[in-house]
Amino acid sequence: MLQHLPQLINLCATMILMLSFAMISQRRIVSLINLFAMQGAALVVASVLLAYATHQPDLYISAGLTFVLKVVLIPWLLHRMIRRMNVRWDVETLINVPTTMLVGIGLVIFSFSLALPISRLSLSLAGGSLGIALACVLLSFLMMITRSKAVPQVIGFLAIENGLIFAATTVTNGMPMIVEFGIALDVLVGVLILGVFMFQIREQFDSLDIQNLETLKEE
Amino acid sequence: MQALLWVLGVPLFGSLVLAFAGHRPYARDVNVVFSLGTFIASCMLTVQIVSGGPILVLAKQFFIDPLNVFMVTLTTFVGLTTAIFSRPYMRVEQDHGKMTPPRMRLFHSMYQLFGFTMLLGLTTNNMGILWVAMEAATLTTVLLVSVYRTPAGLEAAWKYFILCGVGIALALFGTVLLHMAGSKVVAVEGDALLWTNLDAVKTQLDPNIITLAFAFLFIGYGTKVGMVPLHSWLPDAHAEGPTPVSAVLSGLLLNVAMYALLRCKVLTDGALQRPLASQLMMGFGLLSVVVAAFFISRQKDVKRMFSYSSIEHMGLISFAFGMGGPVANFAGLLHMTVHSLVKSAIFFTVGQAAQKAGTQVMSEIRGLIKVNPWVGWGMMMGVMAILGMPPFGIFASEFLILTTAMREQPWATPFLFIALGVAFSSMLIRVLPMVFGEVALKPLAHPPALVPVFIHLGLALLLGLYIPPYLNGWYVQAARMLGG
Repeated sequence: MLQHLPQLINLCATMILMLSFAMISQRRIVSLINLFAMQGAALVVASVLLAYATHQPDLYISAGLTFVLKVVLIPWLLHRMIRRMNVRWDVETLINVPTTMLVGIGLVIFSFSLALPISRLSLSLAGGSLGIALACVLLSFLMMITRSKAVPQVIGFLAIENGLIFAATTVTNGMPMIVEFGIALDVLVGVLILGVFMFQIREQFDSLDIQNLETLKEE
Repeated sequence: MQALLWVLGVPLFGSLVLAFAGHRPYARDVNVVFSLGTFIASCMLTVQIVSGGPILVLAKQFFIDPLNVFMVTLTTFVGLTTAIFSRPYMRVEQDHGKMTPPRMRLFHSMYQLFGFTMLLGLTTNNMGILWVAMEAATLTTVLLVSVYRTPAGLEAAWKYFILCGVGIALALFGTVLLHMAGSKVVAVEGDALLWTNLDAVKTQLDPNIITLAFAFLFIGYGTKVGMVPLHSWLPDAHAEGPTPVSAVLSGLLLNVAMYALLRCKVLTDGALQRPLASQLMMGFGLLSVVVAAFFISRQKDVKRMFSYSSIEHMGLISFAFGMGGPVANFAGLLHMTVHSLVKSAIFFTVGQAAQKAGTQVMSEIRGLIKVNPWVGWGMMMGVMAILGMPPFGIFASEFLILTTAMREQPWATPFLFIALGVAFSSMLIRVLPMVFGEVALKPLAHPPALVPVFIHLGLALLLGLYIPPYLNGWYVQAARMLGG
């Protein structure tokens, strides 16, 4: 079992990356939330495996925190939100998915080349995952840029956080506990605030389209 | 130690109390009292640090040295004066119907919590907690910016959240990399994020990792500083939020973000043989100065104009720290102090003017000096100070920065001079009619609190004429700590 652990962790890393690509091309909001929850789950599995391999009790706590937050609480909040705003079955028209995918592949290559000189130095079992984490962060950026609706933007924002937590877990065996809790608190409060904003945006503009938010700019 | 607990505890407790009682009429006074308490505690802390040297307390999680204790005092001082200013200001806003009691509660509670997050960020020794505090500061100010619930306010807050949230996420990636570099050299597990530990071993940190880490930290915290090209949240957030919020955003939050950048720069300079951090800070600082100066000339909204001026000054500060060396660092610290005093004073007067005129459009604000000479002269003097006229403190710091630049980075001086000249003329052209023009504005029901304006300007004047020896010693120590 133990000798397969690094491979299993790498498998989780690949899953996380695949799910990032899936999120970029997903048009339906409800499926997007499910994909996000799956990415969270893959992250939890990776953390647990790493905790088992390195015998670090802290990582179990960190995995538990991710599970509660990213797999249960936030997806539940998002589902509730889209139900109450009646955007559950919204389909977004995405322009040019193939081009976006190609740009995404470019980003992955870029991240790997950026991380290559460093990941060799990593102490951890899954040192190669730094590139994957960076790729996830950049792919989530790409998603935020290409989407014009509020909910997918928020999910992109949260997916960035997923990539970062993955980096923190695999590269350095987790941040100090107090920092992890602080980050989790910030993310949770952030989602709640964004949720309130979405209701207000819909009230003011009658839609959740961010393209309405274009009055403030330099002439 | 005790003083530190008070500095952090008072605003935190204040935000809790005001979360329950913030809508009551007396909440405005309670807000001032809590801010005053924080300020007194920070003075106690300062006395302790000045007499006893740096301290490292609470399981090494908090570290106070001359650099951050001076910023703590500045933050609590401007926090106090802004609370005094916001007393009558928010009352007028309530009379105009822009603020309702629940919104007042949110405003007061978040005002204190915002102060707490900044003080936590300044005093913590843990780079991870620093990140958490910066993100929490973003969250509280997002709520403050959107407190009017107008479409424009919502838009500003949304953009602010998304842009700064993304920016600061990159800073977290940088922090992770810093942790990675640190855990190779720092022996004790879990302590590799403590700044003092990292500082002790900074020459052994792996240069490859640190290069990448600083790049991410720079983009992340640079977004919060308002560096061009990641500045676009800043004018929106300043213009659409309540004026006290604009004052603390410009005067304090940008400083705290700059402080975070400085801590990272010290580590990076130690780890790398190349001046990477200096070059980045100089390059983007200069770009910010130039771009912001030209944007100033195109503004119609008075708060937007002054927020571009903040970008310009933060660029100048960044450029100064990028040059490094004792003189430039000293000038950078002085500029941070004076800019935050003067800019918040300007926003106080701008707030009064906009309330009297019922608009923030500059062409409709006229004749301030006739309506209320104090507001008019306050704004005029503030603008003279911010434009770097002697004898105000900004003249001294800009003079030091420019002369150092001429000696050490001569290529940059023409850009700096052009940018400062453009900013000077375009700002003066707009401010003169606002102050001396002909149209009368309507008087307000509650007399404005102008004492903070003149205290700030008086201090800026004092710093231009004479820096007290203990303050001077303090700056010199902090400048030495920054290296060079």
